[in-house]
Amino acid sequence: MYQIVLIIAVLVYLLITGYLGYIAYRKTRTTTDYLLAGREVHPYIMAMSYGATFISTSAIVGFGGTAALFGMSLLWLTFLNIFVGIFLAFVFFGHRTRAMGYNLDSHTFPELLGKRYQSRFIQIFSGIIIFLFMPIYTAAVLMGATQFLVVNLKLNYEVALFTFSAIVAIYVVMGGLKGVMYTDAFQGSVMFIGMLLLLFLTYYRLGGVTSAHESLAQLNPMIVELMGKAGHRGFTHMPAFGSNIWWTVISTIVLGVGIGVLAQPQLATRFMTVRSSKELNRATLVGGIFILAMTGVAFTVGAVSNVYFYNTTGKIAFLAANKQVDSIIPMFVEQTMPVWFGILFLVTLFAAAMSTMSSQYHTIGAALSRDITETITRRKAGIGINRLGTSFGILLSTIVAWGLPRFYEAGSEIIARGTSLFFGLCASSFLPMYFGALYSKKITKSGAIAGMLAGFFSSIFWFLFVHEKESQVLGLAKALLGRPALWGEPWKVVNPIIISLPLAIAVTIVASLFTKPLDEKHVQLCFNGLEKNRN
Amino acid sequence: MFGLYDPSIILVYLLCIGSTLLCVIYGIVHWNRSGVEVKAEKIIQWEKEEETLEE
Repeated sequence: MYQIVLIIAVLVYLLITGYLGYIAYRKTRTTTDYLLAGREVHPYIMAMSYGATFISTSAIVGFGGTAALFGMSLLWLTFLNIFVGIFLAFVFFGHRTRAMGYNLDSHTFPELLGKRYQSRFIQIFSGIIIFLFMPIYTAAVLMGATQFLVVNLKLNYEVALFTFSAIVAIYVVMGGLKGVMYTDAFQGSVMFIGMLLLLFLTYYRLGGVTSAHESLAQLNPMIVELMGKAGHRGFTHMPAFGSNIWWTVISTIVLGVGIGVLAQPQLATRFMTVRSSKELNRATLVGGIFILAMTGVAFTVGAVSNVYFYNTTGKIAFLAANKQVDSIIPMFVEQTMPVWFGILFLVTLFAAAMSTMSSQYHTIGAALSRDITETITRRKAGIGINRLGTSFGILLSTIVAWGLPRFYEAGSEIIARGTSLFFGLCASSFLPMYFGALYSKKITKSGAIAGMLAGFFSSIFWFLFVHEKESQVLGLAKALLGRPALWGEPWKVVNPIIISLPLAIAVTIVASLFTKPLDEKHVQLCFNGLEKNRN
Repeated sequence: MFGLYDPSIILVYLLCIGSTLLCVIYGIVHWNRSGVEVKAEKIIQWEKEEETLEE
């Protein structure tokens, strides 16, 4: 019976998604429609699309499980998600990105940077970074969703992977960004309802907010006994300053993801989809509430799930789930929630995966068709070429998700690090020149290029040789040096963003001081309307 | 507060709610501020360019 209801729920959800994709297809006539949803998106759709793209299944299940292990210190990431990922992003990046994108008639994030600095190299190189590295991030989301399909719908892994990818592919290829954003808004709404219910049911089940937190605090000695040496001070405490866990929580989770979001191409593009700043202002309201309901709920529920697991099994969540962090949230939902909610939660997770994947597919496709092919050939392409580029991008991502674990021993582990890799690379390569593009008239073309290259290559170096979580998996350090990472603690747990981002900022500024400034008329065009009317 | 005793955890709990309120208040206060709009004539011009390309 459960299986039948679940299948019906998934089918209804897919039908609505398909219908929205069809509407988008009917409304897509031009490249601007395809790449920027016609620049006329409603603020609710814009905010939900931004939020649903931002929050994938791994943000709920993976990071929620991590919160069950590290405790409520992860709420610092929620704070950054809302304050940096929404407030600063919309207010200080969004308005200027939209206006500058309009002034320069840019359709993609790399195109905005390339045109702003009058550099084809910047556009092509940025497009290549996206095209090469985003598929690994996409594969991480796709594989996570596929696992859920396999477990819950009892499908064969390969069948589930290709079918799921094909469903998303149809509305992305045909409907372009309108297809992506309309379905995102629906999927985001499903996620919002699912997560709010999860929060209320969890606190209700544990006797209320204060009671749940107090019971959690009583479990602190158990986790300190287990991980106290690494710096854990309890579920309701911050880790010991400077300890391994502190560095992991602060540098990789809080800063790596919290700051990295500012330079995510698929999110920055959203700012260019609205007609005026009015829509962005309204979207800020929706976005803030949405993100609180996503990571705020996931991390809180993750942490307090320990109380439930202790009461029923005598073990904390991490041990009750056999040290499988990703299993904690699904186990908690399955064991504590009513059956109908279990079904809604599964649909919520599918929605979270699909909304992130659809945007990734679209961004990879746009990078290939608009930023790489069009810029190299110097020929403007029509909507057909964009559809072709997107199809190729989807094919590539699906092949990576299917083939990397199959033909390369450490494939699964590489994909598992995909989100961290991509966020790190984007932040270090794009953020300094992106911020400079919006706020400084003094950053030169050479300065932007030098900063981008410094950020990119220093990140790659750090991932390959220093940050152990990636260097161990990638294996180059071991092959060349005979050990998994170049240096010991604390360096091996320090996220690349801590090193590469400041380096890229410094290089951008210093190189700009000694190189030729951009043409004054061009800079004036870029900043047209920005000085007088920031909002 | 809320059964929490570590000041930094209480702080972050409040900051999460506070930053959401900041987004809400900002949205309400600036509800009708438009800034530079994408002008209709520019959209029409882009569409014409597109049609030429499609042909």
